Amino acid sequence: MADLKVSIGALELRNPVMTASGTFGYGLEFQDFVDLSELGGIVVKGTTLRPREGNPYPRMAETASGMLNCVGLQNKGVDYFCEHIYPEVKDLPTQVVVNVSGSTIEDYAETAHRIGELERIPAIELNISCPNVRQGGMAFGVTSQGAASVVKAVRRAYPKTLIVKLSPNVTDIAEIARAVEAEGADAVSLINTLMGMAIDAERRRKVLSIGTGGLSGPAVKPVALRMVHQVSKAVGIPVVGLGGIMSATDAVEFLLAGATAVEIGTANFIDPGVSTKVVRGISEYLARHGFSSVREIIGALEN
Amino acid sequence: MKKEILDLQIAEATSPWEGFVLLKAEPTEGALPECRPGQFAQLRTGGALLRRPISIHNVEEGGRRVWFLVQAVGRGTRWFQTLKAGDCLNAVMPLGNGFGMPGSGDRVLLVGGGVGVAPLLFQGQRLRERGIPFAFLLGARSADLLLQLEEFRRVGEVFVATEDGSAGECGLVTQHSAFAAPYTLVQTCGPTPMMRAVARLAHEQGMRCEVSLENRMACGVGACLCCVTEDRTGHNRCVCTDGPVFGAEELNWD
Ligand SMILES: Cc1cc2nc3c(=O)[nH]c(=O)nc-3n(C[C@H](O)[C@H](O)[C@H](O)COP(=O)(O)OP(=O)(O)OC[C@H]3O[C@@H](n4cnc5c(N)ncnc54)[C@H](O)[C@@H]3O)c2cc1C
Ligand SMILES: Cc1cc2nc3c(=O)[nH]c(=O)nc-3n(C[C@H](O)[C@H](O)[C@H](O)COP(=O)(O)O)c2cc1C
Ligand code: FES
Repeated sequence: MADLKVSIGALELRNPVMTASGTFGYGLEFQDFVDLSELGGIVVKGTTLRPREGNPYPRMAETASGMLNCVGLQNKGVDYFCEHIYPEVKDLPTQVVVNVSGSTIEDYAETAHRIGELERIPAIELNISCPNVRQGGMAFGVTSQGAASVVKAVRRAYPKTLIVKLSPNVTDIAEIARAVEAEGADAVSLINTLMGMAIDAERRRKVLSIGTGGLSGPAVKPVALRMVHQVSKAVGIPVVGLGGIMSATDAVEFLLAGATAVEIGTANFIDPGVSTKVVRGISEYLARHGFSSVREIIGALEN
Repeated sequence: MKKEILDLQIAEATSPWEGFVLLKAEPTEGALPECRPGQFAQLRTGGALLRRPISIHNVEEGGRRVWFLVQAVGRGTRWFQTLKAGDCLNAVMPLGNGFGMPGSGDRVLLVGGGVGVAPLLFQGQRLRERGIPFAFLLGARSADLLLQLEEFRRVGEVFVATEDGSAGECGLVTQHSAFAAPYTLVQTCGPTPMMRAVARLAHEQGMRCEVSLENRMACGVGACLCCVTEDRTGHNRCVCTDGPVFGAEELNWD
């Protein structure tokens, strides 16, 4: 069987398949469906310094081949995570990455620092791209300066693997990727959701409580692939690709576009067992094409 | 209770009422997981990307065959109308907490409106097996919209309220004389305004009340936080895992 191991900075993954933040809970919710020891890693829910209730219901609308959400980073805060959730996830048989969010630079740095003290969490994914919170979140991710200033502060507070999750809601994502690389990010992941809107014509109302939400699912895949390709050409650090991956073939496309690893999000809702199917499918693809390591196909487009 | 991803094969698909479909299905292999009344399944639909949450309407004796009663309201649920015997249906189940199991001193009124009657048949079945006194109170706009009336009658005593008076008492379920009897617990599923009115009435009469919510869902397993409802303390609770059944007093309903 082909070698599936990849590394993202110092983070070693047994295979390139992780699950995306906000779509797989803390992994525990999926243990009836997935053998977590078969996954490269899981990225748990967005965590902030203080607890957040998130946005009012309705928070979700299905759209053509996708969905909009405006959950708004509901979570119980980093103290709760350290005290109550960490003990439950620290011995999961896969790499556990914590997605960190905030509304001020100080919040980001403090949260990252707290997570850095947890022995069994080898990496964080810094979410500077959430479109669903009014303050902060995406505000930092849409300018090179904003992105650089958060990453700079977090880099000082956090010694382990730092993955920065980029927003697709920008004019030039490559420029932002270069800015966070220059501040010491170990990797970038992309894409977060694309800002969108849904309207109920019959009722003449916005469907989501706050009007707008983030689009995910198969509808965003071509945009995500293009951005992963573009960013992987622009930076020297590893790229984690996500956005609309539903199958092993989709995942292979991201690897070919230049991603070192992938994350699976919305697809978990449709088939809760999909993540490990993608792992097996990548193995089959490598065998079928005579590759001995998954690393041989990273960025291996022939044209 | 272990959740499973199951391939079900349709044994019977009928449309006894315009705009509704009744599906009876069995796992293609193995047994149906153990299910509690009030729990639901996330059904794959060819009409949409995301699964659709549908209550477990009944589990036949022997535990092999599960029933779903679906109202075709949009592209996801309309697709279920195309299913025929022999077709395959993929389900993630059982999900959610289900109705509480009343104690031996309880007398239970199961109040349903519209397609919300679905989970009550299974609950009635269970109450009958346990020998707990209960009755159904079913509401509809008119007699022809009373779903599964014969099945309910097979399981227990049935009271009916129709808005046009074409069957049972004329009016809403909350106006029905059944509420005058000394029930201790009301379990209800139906349109939210109906459940709110039922909860208020139950409270006034000193009966406990459990309501089953139908919020929109994505994952159905507590991972995405799309389905939340605000509780009395101002915190968001997941309808898919903390519910769909809540004590009415837990919610921020007046
Ligand atoms: C736990 C649970 C159990 C359920 N059990 C059953 C059941 O046994 N039988 C049954 O027929 N239905 C049941 N439902 C409701 C069912 O899931 C929805 O009707 C279905 O998801 C609608 O999907 P659709 O694609 O057909 O409609 P869509 O195209 O998504 O929507 C059609 C219309 O209905 C509105 N709508 C859809 N869902 C909701 C909602 N949750 N709240 C308010 N408005 C909505 C939309 O805005 C739109 O106008 C249950 C729901 C839950 C959460
Ligand atoms: C319901 C939901 C909640 C999400 N929550 C987060 C979050 O907390 N932090 C984050 O960085 N991304 C979050 N995302 C974005 C996903 O991690 C992912 O970037 C996006 O959905 C695109 O991938 P997909 O198309 O495979 O779902 C969320 C997405 C969804 C659908
Ligand atoms: S539907 Fe995802 S948490 Fe309830």
